[in-house]
Amino acid sequence: MKRLLVLGAGTAGTMVVNKLRSRLTDEWQITVVDQDSTHHYQPGWLFVPFGKADPDDLTRPRSKTLPAGVDLVLGEIDRVDTERDTVVLANGTELAYDQLVIATGTTPRPDQTPGMDGAGWRTNVFDFYTADGAAALRDRLATFDGGRIVVHVTEMPIKCPVAPLEFAFLADDHFRKLGLRDAVDITYVTPLDGAFTKPVASKLLGGMLDERKIHLEPDFVIERVDNEMGAIVSYDEREIPFDLLVTVPLNMGADFVGRSGLGDDLNYVRVDQHTFLARDLDNVFAIGDAADLPTSKAGSVAHFAVDVFTDNFLDHIAGLPMERSFDGHANCFVESGDGKALLLDFNYETQPLTGKYPYPGIGPLSLLAETRANHLGKQAFQWIYWHLLLPGHHLPVATEMSMRGKHEATEPQDKELEASR
Amino acid sequence: MSTATLAGRDVHVDAEGFLTEYDEWDDDLAKVLAANIGVDLTDEHWAAIRFLREDFVAEGETPTLRRVTNVGGIATKDLFRLFPGKPAKKMAYIAGLPKPVGCV
Repeated sequence: MKRLLVLGAGTAGTMVVNKLRSRLTDEWQITVVDQDSTHHYQPGWLFVPFGKADPDDLTRPRSKTLPAGVDLVLGEIDRVDTERDTVVLANGTELAYDQLVIATGTTPRPDQTPGMDGAGWRTNVFDFYTADGAAALRDRLATFDGGRIVVHVTEMPIKCPVAPLEFAFLADDHFRKLGLRDAVDITYVTPLDGAFTKPVASKLLGGMLDERKIHLEPDFVIERVDNEMGAIVSYDEREIPFDLLVTVPLNMGADFVGRSGLGDDLNYVRVDQHTFLARDLDNVFAIGDAADLPTSKAGSVAHFAVDVFTDNFLDHIAGLPMERSFDGHANCFVESGDGKALLLDFNYETQPLTGKYPYPGIGPLSLLAETRANHLGKQAFQWIYWHLLLPGHHLPVATEMSMRGKHEATEPQDKELEASR
Repeated sequence: MSTATLAGRDVHVDAEGFLTEYDEWDDDLAKVLAANIGVDLTDEHWAAIRFLREDFVAEGETPTLRRVTNVGGIATKDLFRLFPGKPAKKMAYIAGLPKPVGCV
């Protein structure tokens, strides 16, 4: 009997076991470990604060998302002992493995910034990329009738890197429809030097902030939240006052990754960016947000990555070289308010492009443009997620990024050294 | 990819002016790069630059601000004082390393 152990039954881990159970022989026993029994549809959290999604509609029991023939173990992971090929749980249980897949994702950690989880936490300082945070913020927004809203990103990388921008766009739309927009001042604060990371997308999204009169404060590296003053303070001593702070706290991989000596400074597992094999190891992989890949932490990346991984994994256990190579493919819907959305498609090497997706020339979705169809695509995605994506069914989109029918968007004019500014 | 003439010799740089060849860098070049972005190098600056150079060899990538603080032992506040505005980018530029990723 051979043992495949998967840590984490979130988006990536669930797809891995659903795809591998049917492709591995009965010689392989598959066990999945998670700390709790509920699977959340995380993209839905964005809509909860605005009353457009109910948190209870965004969950399924993990047991229902996993295939027959897979054991689910609930427990907290203490460490991976790579010398003994064993995972030790906090309750002392030991789980031996022949192959290990770490898919424990990334988690917001407000405790890592002084003052963030202090007196104002969930009173006037909120996160929204957790089930509890999104619901608490909904209750606060229900009575918010004016003042300064600061939408803030602590440090990159974060999961769903477009979510805070989407939050700002939806907040603008929300208060406009309530007739309160003039009473609400919205500022978007980021450690990046623009609205987003990739220059083409950054310029486009920055323009969208401008159009909505959302002030952009770039290059802001937070030192602390000053609860008395009601302001965030940066290391270079800029202060931004708020009545309501909506922050994306520092995101970190699981603590056991650090304790096991497998992680970088943020507990992301160091892996080969094309095969996901952990550095210096032959039987440990990390996939999804848990890995230190230089691409977005997003479900779409996990989906494309799992496609590559499953083929490679079967080769690997057969003693063959892993032939497929992940290209960092990501696509992200960006909800922009007023029933519209954009779609970004990019990879390690290529900037977001204009064109149609997934079928060149046909769409129905439009890249880098705000359309109603993109919004409907995002809405439909929840059904696709539960019924096609998680179960590991084939989706009509290519794993590798395609250049067919796409066009380079206009390059930003300014190519001079940004550091000099 | 293009070349630039700095400190009297040709070096390879990317579109934003970051050196692309680790071995083309030396202390003289660092002084020129620093002067380009208005930084006057002191011992404190050099400590940060040396850490970046060593860590790049060990890890294969430019360290993040967090890593320079956690592993290099230089407080983030000091890095903002030494390399105002955009310390991660400025340090990498002077140290002749690629712009740090971590921004995805």
